Amino acid sequence: MTATAETTPTASATPTLEARGIRKSFGSVDALSEVDFEVRSGEVMALVGDNGAGKSTLIKCIAGIHPLDDGEVRFDGERVSISGPKDAVKLGIEVVYQDLALCDNLDVVQNIYLGREERDWIGRLREAPMEKRTAETLRGLRVTTIRSIRQQVARLSGGQRQSVAIGRAVMWNSRVVILDEPTAALGVAQTQQVLELVRRLSEQGLAVVLISHNLHDIFEVADRITVLRLGRNVAVYERSATTQQEVVHAITAGIPTKVAGISSMEEPA
Amino acid sequence: MTTADPQAIGAVPPSNSLGAIVRRRLEALKAGDVGTLPIILGLVAIVAFFYWKNENYLSAGNFTNLMTQMAGVTTIAIGVVFVLLLGEIDLSISYVSGVAGVIAAQLQIPDESWQVKGVLAIAIAVTVTALIGGVQGGFVAFVGIPSFVVTLAGLLFWQGVILYVIGGAGVIVIEDSTINNVANYFFSDTAGYLIAAGASALFAASTLAGLISRRRHGIQTDNLVVVAAKLALFVVVIFGAVLWANRERGFPLAFLLVIVFLVFWTWVAERTTFGRHVYAVGGNAEAARRAGINVPRVRVIVFMISGLMAGLGGVIFAARLNSVDLNAGGGTLLLDAISAAVIGGTSLFGGRGRVISALMGALVISTVANGIDLLGYSSAIKYMVTGLILLAAVTLDALSRRRLERSGR
Ligand SMILES: Nc1ncnc2c1ncn2[C@@H]1O[C@H](COP(=O)(O)OP(=O)(O)O)[C@@H](O)[C@H]1O
Ligand SMILES: [Mg+2]
Repeated sequence: MTATAETTPTASATPTLEARGIRKSFGSVDALSEVDFEVRSGEVMALVGDNGAGKSTLIKCIAGIHPLDDGEVRFDGERVSISGPKDAVKLGIEVVYQDLALCDNLDVVQNIYLGREERDWIGRLREAPMEKRTAETLRGLRVTTIRSIRQQVARLSGGQRQSVAIGRAVMWNSRVVILDEPTAALGVAQTQQVLELVRRLSEQGLAVVLISHNLHDIFEVADRITVLRLGRNVAVYERSATTQQEVVHAITAGIPTKVAGISSMEEPA
Repeated sequence: MTTADPQAIGAVPPSNSLGAIVRRRLEALKAGDVGTLPIILGLVAIVAFFYWKNENYLSAGNFTNLMTQMAGVTTIAIGVVFVLLLGEIDLSISYVSGVAGVIAAQLQIPDESWQVKGVLAIAIAVTVTALIGGVQGGFVAFVGIPSFVVTLAGLLFWQGVILYVIGGAGVIVIEDSTINNVANYFFSDTAGYLIAAGASALFAASTLAGLISRRRHGIQTDNLVVVAAKLALFVVVIFGAVLWANRERGFPLAFLLVIVFLVFWTWVAERTTFGRHVYAVGGNAEAARRAGINVPRVRVIVFMISGLMAGLGGVIFAARLNSVDLNAGGGTLLLDAISAAVIGGTSLFGGRGRVISALMGALVISTVANGIDLLGYSSAIKYMVTGLILLAAVTLDALSRRRLERSGR
């Protein structure tokens, strides 16, 4: 614990976001069984696991995209019911989804403000201020390659699209920012920028969740690391008290900490 | 990381000199965004062809005729645009429009105890058709039945209703002058010019307001030459239309209604949150849902708009005939209305298109139909030509969509 306190002086005791006993199945597939997860303000919590471990599903449950089959979510220690994306946003939870969730036919400004457009008293969109703030946000993210923020997102490269999705998540006064494999489509330089951004957000006191397959990146920015395997918790590590090998072992061969009922959860291959 | 990049977004906004605009337009064209170019070229070719065949084609008489002819289809096609923007389809519009005609006609029958006159009868008729659209939309949004199937059922059902209601009499004559005037009133010369002047003033004012707002927020404004050219084009077209119509019966009320519908629904589609959400749902419904948009609500409202506009179109048709009969909503109306939206450039794949495409497509269909009638060719030729134009428009849509997907990523 002392090591963590050094790197994140603002980390608080009560988790900002806390999920307990989350269960979620799709038909006969148990995507999540009894999963616990937490993140505190001022810390970067990494969420790792092999493909299909349930990382994205857990995030979507927290963000109100999927209804929970069982379990509870606490925000600032209080139990909350998140029954839709709007509820999550109201609490200050922002997500950059793995598939980015952009509308290709809309332009950059329209995507960034989607669902929370600024409008005047007769319901007219206030384009000018939205355009201005979008430009400022992207400039703040050092996004330098998008030539016009009035072009359709369909025309952008993978990295540019990723930047738009990140821009959408960080421009609000949020408390929790969750990034689901945000660097997957990025080059070396842009990956570094995203990692810097992650660190900056946590320094501002936000709770940041970072999902990534790149352990090197994770060991660079994360304070703690939650490992999921086959939809179950394996362990939570302090970054300063573990090694990459230990985490790799947990990802590939970790023993679930809670085995509820079925023990036939053999790895497919 | 700390050095500010001079190329950073917003630091050097893209140039908006005339040259740069033309270059960007060409680039967009290459990327598959053809815009209104093909339709304008097509219209010019159609008009030139028929004028070459018969000089009466551009006569004032034929021109006013064309305007009233296309008013109904254009009105219905506006609703189709919204449905297509969602990536859905509404096959019930033709008979739903017939239902509105029947309701208005039934309500105005003199000496009946329920008699309701004029505007109120129209209002009731289109309210009912909007609700019909809402119910059909509910099946799509909440039950999850494909719109194709729901509205196909609607097509059959409402056709049956029309036959049931006026089957005995075969026809209901409309005597209510207010209803008939919808399609048969022509403005005096002076009123026509006043309308043109008013519309120009509104267009100028809204353009100016946009410019001022952008300037106030320190955002680059559009090229002033382009803005002025658009305004000038608008003024020339509207005054030209009034001038030409005034040589005959005058500017038709029906077409003024169409313009009002176009302006209002363009405003809704492009300037309001709701319109933005329609585009979003059509582009990526899951992304829209994750952004907190109430997707089922958007779907239901869009089908209500479809029902409402179909109803208004139906009233225009009924007024034009001064009656409704067993053919109300029949014939090629359904295909004309959907073709109009598609030919006008609204994508069948959802998320792309503009309200004005209803007018553009209806213009193409009506100028072809009108020209073929004028030349005395048969309906057979009309159908074949319209079919080919529709195929061309859809091919263009599919091709430009493929290019759009290939550019970028
Ligand atoms: N919408 C869905 N419908 C059915 N199965 C799903 C759905 N989403 C995820 N799954 C399944 O849930 C499991 C976990 O998936 P996911 O959360 O995407 O894993 P990760 O993000 O860790 O790679 C996988 O077996 C996947 O096939
Ligand atoms: Mg995933």
